[in-house]
Order: sequence, then C-alpha cells, then structure tokens
Amino acid sequence: MVEVLERLGWGVDFPENQTCCGQPAYNSGYWEEARAVARHFLRVFRDAEYVVLPSGSCASMLLHRYGELFRNEPEWLQAAEKLRPRVWEFSRFLLEVARVEDVGARFEGVVTYHDSCHALRELGVREGPRRLLSRVRGLELKEMQPAEECCGFGGTFAVKFPAVSTGMAQSKVKAILDSGADTVVSVDASCLMQIQGAMARAGHTIRGMHLAEILATR
Amino acid sequence: MDPSLDRNFSKTIGNAALQEAIYSATGRLVEKRRSALPAPAVFESWREQARLVKQHTLENLDHYLERLEANLTARGAKVVYARGGGEVADYLAGLAKEKEARLVVKSKSMTTEEIHLNGLLEDARLEVVETDLGEFIVQLARERPYHIVAPALHKTRYDVADLFTRTLNVERENLPEKQTKIARRVLREKFLAADIGVTGANFLVAESGAIVLVENEGNARLSSSAPRVHVAIAGIEKVIPRAQDLAVFLKLLGRSATGQPLTVYTSYLSGPRRAGELDGPDELHLVLLDNGRTKLLADRNKREALYCIRCGACLNHCPVYRKIGGHHYPWVYSGPIGAVITPHFMGIHEEPWLPYASSLCGACAEVCPVKIDLPGALLKLRQETVKAEVGGVHGRWERLAFRFWAWLMCRPRLYEMAGLMISMLSRDREGAGWMRSAPWLMNFGPLRAWSAGRDLPPPPGRSFRAMWRARLKSGKGD
Repeated sequence: MVEVLERLGWGVDFPENQTCCGQPAYNSGYWEEARAVARHFLRVFRDAEYVVLPSGSCASMLLHRYGELFRNEPEWLQAAEKLRPRVWEFSRFLLEVARVEDVGARFEGVVTYHDSCHALRELGVREGPRRLLSRVRGLELKEMQPAEECCGFGGTFAVKFPAVSTGMAQSKVKAILDSGADTVVSVDASCLMQIQGAMARAGHTIRGMHLAEILATR
Repeated sequence: MDPSLDRNFSKTIGNAALQEAIYSATGRLVEKRRSALPAPAVFESWREQARLVKQHTLENLDHYLERLEANLTARGAKVVYARGGGEVADYLAGLAKEKEARLVVKSKSMTTEEIHLNGLLEDARLEVVETDLGEFIVQLARERPYHIVAPALHKTRYDVADLFTRTLNVERENLPEKQTKIARRVLREKFLAADIGVTGANFLVAESGAIVLVENEGNARLSSSAPRVHVAIAGIEKVIPRAQDLAVFLKLLGRSATGQPLTVYTSYLSGPRRAGELDGPDELHLVLLDNGRTKLLADRNKREALYCIRCGACLNHCPVYRKIGGHHYPWVYSGPIGAVITPHFMGIHEEPWLPYASSLCGACAEVCPVKIDLPGALLKLRQETVKAEVGGVHGRWERLAFRFWAWLMCRPRLYEMAGLMISMLSRDREGAGWMRSAPWLMNFGPLRAWSAGRDLPPPPGRSFRAMWRARLKSGKGD
C-alpha cells in the first residue's frame, strides 16, 4: 500500500505507535475493552490528513461503529466524528480521493476477486477493486460464483465455531477453484488468512494476495 | 463456547446428503427471489415504505390493536388476547368442549409452532392435523419445522417416500407429484370432518378489521372456511393500519419468500359467514398472542426485530444457516432472525452462544424486506451477554483475555515485542511455521480450534515495522 500510494505521489506516514481499531473486542461484546483500544486509535491518528486502511473491516469499524461505541462519551464521540471524513478504505481512496484507476501495475496471472463482507455491504465496495484490477497489465480477471458469499472468518467466530467457519471456507475455496484462477484477491487480510488457511490444508496452491500487493507489482 | 455444540454442527456439515438438500433448496429460493425483484431503486423504496409502516404501527400498537378489535368485533368475530401458549391452548380447549369438537385442522403458522400448540391441544385430547404439505410431513416425522417458510426443506423425496409408507400405510411413491396426491387424499377427509380450523395470520388490517392469509396450497383457505369454527392465532405485531398498506407487504413477502410476485392465494377475512353468504365459518375467533413480544417492544435497540414478516430470506442467504440447517437453533425460529429474537423469548442466559453463531457477514440485512439491522442486533446481544456475565468459567477466561488484549493494544512497544516473540516462537529452522515448531501450542483454545481445519499463515520473514524503519533510515519515503 505504501508503495502504491507513494508511486501516485502521496506522502505516507506510518505512526509506529498504532495497534488496532478495537473491532475484535467490539464484535465479541467487550465494548469497554474496545473503547480503550479505540481511544488509543483516535489519539494516534487524530492529526492525519487521511487515514487509509488496507482493510474494509477496520474501515467499517471506524466509520460505522465508533459512533455507537462512544455514544455516552461526547468528547471521544466528537473525536471520532472529526476523523470520520478522513477515513478511507484503500480501494475507495484510490478511486475517490486519488482518482486513479490505472496505478501502473503489471501482474501476470488469472485473478479472482473475493468480496469481503464488510467492504461490500457496509462500505459499498463492489466495482472499485474490479475496476482497479482490470487496469493491471497482464492480469486476467475471472469471477467466482458466488463472489459475495462470506469466507467464514468472522473474527472470534472462526475459533468459537471452527466446524461452521471451516465449512464456509471450504465452500469459498471450491468457488475459487471452479473459477479457474491462480490467484485470489481481497481487500481484507483476515479473509485471506481464512481462505489461505483452508486452501493450504487441502493442499491447493492458489495464491492469496491483497489488492495492494497486486497493485504494487510491476 | 461449549465444544459439543460445534461437534453437533459438524455432524450436519459432514452429512453430504443433508448439505445437498439444504444447499439446493435455499439456493433455489435465492435464485427465484433474485429473478423476481424489480429494479434496485424500486425495491429499495418498497423496503423503506414497509419499514416505515411497521415502525409507525409498532410505535402506536395499542391504538391499532384496539381499532382492529373494534372493527372485527363489529362484524361478529371474537377477539381475545393471550399472554402465552398456555392461554391459547386453554381458550381452544374450552372452545372445543363447548362445540364438542374432536378434530382440528391447521394451516401453516409459525406462531402456533412457537407455542407448541399441537402438543398442548393433543394434551387436551384433540386430534390436530397439519394441512400444509411441508408441515404435514414434519408432523408425521414428529419433528419441528426446519425453515420458517419451507418446514420440510431438509427432507428429500426419498425421505418423504419412506415416511409416507411407514406412517400412512400406502404404496411407496418416489415422485413428488404422486406424494402430493397421497397427502391431498388424506387431508381432504380431514378438512371435511374437522370441527375447528386453526390458521395463523400474515397481516391484520386494523381499519378494515381483517385477517390476511398468504399461501400457495389453498389449505389455509380450506382451514378457515370448511370447519364450523375458524380460530386465527397471530402475534400482536402482525397488525398494519390500512388495507392500502397491505399492497407493499404483499409485493415484498411473495418475492422475498419464494420469488413469487404474489402468492397463489391471498385471503382477506373480515368476519364469520353473514346471513345470505354461502361460504365461511359460523364463528371466527382471533387470538392475539404476546408471548414475549411486549418485552421486545420495550427494547428500543432491538424493537425492529418485530418488523419481521417471516419471509425466510435471511435464512436462505445466511451462510451459517446453509451449513448447520434449522434444527440446531434452540427455537422454532432459525437463521439470523431466530438468533435475534430467541434470546428475548428464552432469556440471554439460556443459549448464550446464539448471538455469536454468525460471521456478521450482513447478507441477511441486505435482503431483509423490512430492513432489520440483524448484524447490529446480534452485536448488541453480544454486548448484553458479556454484561450479564452469562458465560460461566469459559466466559471468565475470555473476559481476562480481552482485558489483557486491550491492555496490550494500548501499549505499542509491548505490542510490538509480543509480535516479535510470537514470530520467533513460530519459526523453525526451515521457516515452516507454527504447527511443527510448537505443536504443544496447537492443543490450546483458539489455536486448536483454528488448526482443526485450517493452516496458520507462515510467520512473516520480517515485520512491517522493521521494513518501515529500514526505509526511513535509507531516506526513502521522506
């Protein structure tokens, strides 16, 4: 992501004191713990011009859940509201802020795109990554059916209900294999960990790559 | 979570024939729905309208229930209120005694399933026959509905052939058409002999005082008109203000449930048979059931779960339902809507795992015809579960773990060191990773759960932070 953004002329900083947005605790019902981590996040990123996240899930947490989380803490609610317009999921940042489709990437391979649930349904990220991928030289995009079904990760769901979660991953892997692609791309590392984990276990050699990794390749 | 839960789930997931039955049935419903939808903007405007109607009605529920009662009563129907299943059964048993009734025919109704009405009526020595084909099958099999709309979704035609041969004493028939004929023959006799017909209600129209039934088989129409007495049992949330509000719900319900622009039969019943009329029952009773609904209504955060029109679309689109099917859910309502409303009826202490059995993918909310924020409700239920400390010993460990995690996440230096340690711990000489280098770790909690069916990602060769610092040093990126 850093390479792509710098190639496009953006100055990138990585605040080294950053950790997590707090979503794992929030989604598990531990809102007190989530608030502590979210406050840390807001402190770290308070002054950023833009916050670009290589994760639809984290972006959605910031955009859609911080309001609920800080409902009774006006000071932090205000901080979250002030940050909100500057928070961007990576693919949307490229298309809507940087306004580029062709980032000058070259990638030889047949790629299928997995829609991450939070990016898709909470951020409306659907055509964007496909448009970015379609402008990569050497890349052939093949849709899997269905691309929009969850991979089964779901944070702690993956370890609270391993049989269900793994079953969902296997359905996803089948869709990927059927697409004929050699690489599966997502905008969320957690989906990729889930999909790759299931693929590796089944002995498949299809690569999992983040959209940023593809766009950084030349 | 209780590991036996997951073991039970894996039995269903490992049953290839059952998986095929669930996948093909829900897949068909998904496809049919998709092809029946209008342009997205039109569909969205319907959903918005339906949601507003429900919101308005539920916020003025007392008013509309009184209107409904007054208007139905004026045309000779009897309206009663019941707090729970016991009161419904008592009322019906009393009615049956008064009418010397023996046989009750029933059309499909989730509300009656919810209070286990059949069992209660059988205890009162009544014979109860389900007349919806799917419900008939489920009743013969002595099971509960597998799905809100398609109760026998999990049964293949061969299962049904076995069941009919065993329970109805008929020749084995593998063809669904022939099986339907058998059921029809059996059920016709019951319709003609029945003393009381019990139905649910899809909608109750306050200003007209009407009960609306939506169905495809004609059995609800028969149940409500052939016997001398018709008793409709409906949750109090089924009321809508006016007949004109019905239009949008009928458009949404058929499409969302089965991909039909309109179901085959839509019955609009506004009282018993009047003088000079040929059809209809002598008496019409409407039982309005609470059974926890007022409790849900009082919960501002999740009240919207009462908007549900029981279309089942959230089940068909739910990847968890499609894996585990309907019978692992603790109540008759399965899938996402079941996970949201069940804790209200049973209490969050009863089945604390339920709100967690979701990847929060949001496919349910995307298709919900009344736009219920199902993932949002699950998140709130999770928070309530944690607050109420219902998790027992396991819950205490989890709480400690999250407390430690949050503590660590607020200490970037320690967080980084922890990352390095994990990375070192997981790297063996060949760089092959976790499983071989630290097999003992794999026996614990989340790691064990993860690695049962998935590999862990190999540890990174170098941390991002290390690369970032190297870049800064080399003067790149400034």
